[in-house]
Amino acid sequence: MPDDLNWAIGGEAGDGIDSTGKIFAQALSRAGRHVFTSKDFASRIRGGYTAYKVRTSVDRVESVVDRLDILIALTERTIHENEDELHDDSVIIYDGERSTMQDVEVPGDATALEVPLKRLAEDAGGAIMLNVVALGAACEVTNFPIENLDESLEKRFGDKGEAIVENNKTAARKGQEYVREEYDHDFGFDLECTDADYVLLNGDEAIGMGALAAGCKFYSGYPITPATDVMEYLTGRIDQFGGKVVQAEDELAAINMALGAARAGARSMTATSGPGIDLMTETFGLVATSETPLVICDVMRSGPSTGMPTKQEQGDLNLTLYGGHGEIPRFVVAPTTISECFWKTVEAFNLAEKYQTPVFLVSDLALAVTEQTFPPETFDMDEVEIDRGKVVDEEEVDAWLDEKGRFQAHFAAADGISPRAFPGTTDGAHMTTGLEHDELGRRTEDQEVRIEQVDKRQQKVETAREQEDFDYREFGDPDADTLVISWGSNEGALREGLDLLDDEGYDIRFISVPYIFPRPDLTDEVQAAEDVIVVECNATGQFADVVEHDVLQRVDRINKYDGVRFKADELAEEIKQQLAGEAGTQEATQ
Amino acid sequence: MSSDVRFTDFKSDKQPTWCPGCGDFGTMNGMMKALAETGNDPDNTFVVAGIGCSGKIGTYMHSYALHGVHGRALPVGIGVKMANPELEVMVAGGDGDGYSIGAGHFIHAVRRNVDMSYVVMDNRIYGLTKGQASPTSREDFETATTPDGPGQPPVNPKALALASGATFIAQSFSSNAQRHAEIVKQAIEHDGFGFVNVYSPCVTFNDVDTYDYFRDSIVDLADTDHDPSNRDQAKDKILESDKEYMGVLYQDDSSVPFEEREGIEAPMNDVPDGAPEGAMDLVREFY
Ligand SMILES: Cc1ncc(C[n+]2csc(CCOP(=O)(O)OP(=O)(O)O)c2C)c(N)n1
Ligand code: SF4
Repeated sequence: MPDDLNWAIGGEAGDGIDSTGKIFAQALSRAGRHVFTSKDFASRIRGGYTAYKVRTSVDRVESVVDRLDILIALTERTIHENEDELHDDSVIIYDGERSTMQDVEVPGDATALEVPLKRLAEDAGGAIMLNVVALGAACEVTNFPIENLDESLEKRFGDKGEAIVENNKTAARKGQEYVREEYDHDFGFDLECTDADYVLLNGDEAIGMGALAAGCKFYSGYPITPATDVMEYLTGRIDQFGGKVVQAEDELAAINMALGAARAGARSMTATSGPGIDLMTETFGLVATSETPLVICDVMRSGPSTGMPTKQEQGDLNLTLYGGHGEIPRFVVAPTTISECFWKTVEAFNLAEKYQTPVFLVSDLALAVTEQTFPPETFDMDEVEIDRGKVVDEEEVDAWLDEKGRFQAHFAAADGISPRAFPGTTDGAHMTTGLEHDELGRRTEDQEVRIEQVDKRQQKVETAREQEDFDYREFGDPDADTLVISWGSNEGALREGLDLLDDEGYDIRFISVPYIFPRPDLTDEVQAAEDVIVVECNATGQFADVVEHDVLQRVDRINKYDGVRFKADELAEEIKQQLAGEAGTQEATQ
Repeated sequence: MSSDVRFTDFKSDKQPTWCPGCGDFGTMNGMMKALAETGNDPDNTFVVAGIGCSGKIGTYMHSYALHGVHGRALPVGIGVKMANPELEVMVAGGDGDGYSIGAGHFIHAVRRNVDMSYVVMDNRIYGLTKGQASPTSREDFETATTPDGPGQPPVNPKALALASGATFIAQSFSSNAQRHAEIVKQAIEHDGFGFVNVYSPCVTFNDVDTYDYFRDSIVDLADTDHDPSNRDQAKDKILESDKEYMGVLYQDDSSVPFEEREGIEAPMNDVPDGAPEGAMDLVREFY
């Protein structure tokens, strides 16, 4: 048996798959085990196949693999959907008494455990608890102390009253006892517990938490999968810090409200996914020309158009990098892990205010819906630093007035960064506009002023290049001939995939890039390598294109655009094939 | 806020480029007067403008101001006010800006009832793009893009506002300086969203809805027994599509602004040097 265990519960949307999976994941995390979860879901509320997968190990786990050890199948389809991942030692738990599950065929030599989930749940107080019966059964199969489940059940059902919590605990024990009595043998699993303390959260929650840590007070958004969790996280929490979430009538309003709040002096953010970014694009230029600090988060999903709204893709890189008419100075930052979702959000707010520009925080569905365990100090709030940039108060405002006493909100400073006076500051009153303007913010078409203002705004990016550390993270052997580059959520799968390759004797250098613009110059790294492969979840290789553009050299690509994130073992195989000169990676992943 | 603010303090040193005689001069003067007379000064005032001849108003006034993109001024104003309820927020726009490209925002700004004022310079034409039909143009009004007239009835913004749950609806006429300033003042003083549709004639492209037309047809509600607190009366007046009224059509005295209902008390512009106190509890929630 491998050191890690892959567990899943699957059924129809509306069967409570998510919450059941989460109860188990939390129990594991509380028991000091690392957890990495993933979800398969369709774009519908009831009906349609859904699964919640949990990978757990005593060591850190950072990706999904193509292997399933324990499967709780609430529907027959669940078994078919996961057939390829089951193996001879897999255990499938299902309710053989249900009419729809009579003729279940178990693939290969996998073990089928028929547990009368519904009947046992009824014995415990209600059929609705059948998922929890299954969790109890899974505890027995995996030798996982069932007490660990209790706290999760309390957390999940606590506000429904003591009785409900107790019934659920009973339901779990009924599942456990049934397996113990009917299938009295060792399945070969052993979920060891440790003393470690972990927190379990997903990328959207990490972004929301990062925003609060950074002092974000205003958030406006319009619901869209998979960005909505950011808004839901902030709602109810931001108020404790004196802030507000507003659900706008559309994304055009969302970004404009956020812009208004930012001009009033609030740290302000909006989050959406591709279709919403399209609508917001109109306002990007206004944010940049009015020099308003704003964090715009794009949690990417599969496009174009409405595409596959509940599936993974990294297809919006070009949109965030180039979106908007005219030329717009901006920053594009893309977290590569869930903990990075937190820290890059904090950084995004600082960049926005220091340089008074739009900052695109680009995340993706794989990060958004994946939960992962971390030691709580990963999010050490004492490490959070806030830099509000060149804000001037009543005392300092004089330094920025022209000879007639007018505040120069768009002063063409050498570093490109003008002073900023929050409304309400005495003598700071000024106009700003999306029209080209002079240092006072007044409209102009004067050629020299135009050039001065364009240069000034572009200069911010140059200044940032000098002042900030837009670096990459690096893994593997720095001297290897093979260089793999990726951005965004692929980092975990690549790190693990490369470990697998390392075991087979492959020597690979891996660079994970969290900054899309400005980004680190990879010329030396690419030139030093013999094989360069850029890995990303899109069809055309948008990041590979920018690497080629920067380095003036062709690179190889591994692209995946079937809507599913990279898996570590699958990725290792792909890299092997590429290095062996076998083409056709896209077919392989379709 | 100082008490010796004059309305000229709200004037910028930029000379308006409006056509001589444009209704927007009068509209703007009234807005500045109303701001000064309600005790505001440029440093606590935020003016948001849309796009159009009307939208240029932010450029000619002096205050904190943003001149945004076409149709989106209202959401900007809402963001400003919610982030700092101590500011006086005034949004200005045109009929195309507010009732066409920004129509969706208009309805939602009305129902959100944030405490700010919205002044729309209704000239029943697109001025800045040189004379195309606007949503308030008459059905048979001939323009370059509608040679036979739009062929569809004009929108009734006041009816839209009423149907959307407005708490303050007024109609004004830019050339009646005294009344216009008074009406805008009432909009500012209203606790909630103060909506004023201003007849602000375009002397260049609209030869139907002229000063003469409005002067001859407008009826001042102050001269009638209209009771603005009576929603039914307001509805009847608003739906009389062949009448032009001046004054407050409707005002809900029990209006409570959105930001007050939401419990926003202080400006949101203060941020500590690090994560806020108690932030580590946010992490512990995920145990
Ligand atoms: C997105 C977008 N579409 C179109 C335009 C062009 N445009 C500028 S002003 C205007 C109409 C303005 O009409 P109105 O709001 O009635 O104002 P007026 O000029 O009559 O005062 C249009 C269509 C634009 N600036 N932006
Ligand atoms: S075109 Fe019409 S609305 Fe525009 S400035 Fe001239 S008169 Fe005024």
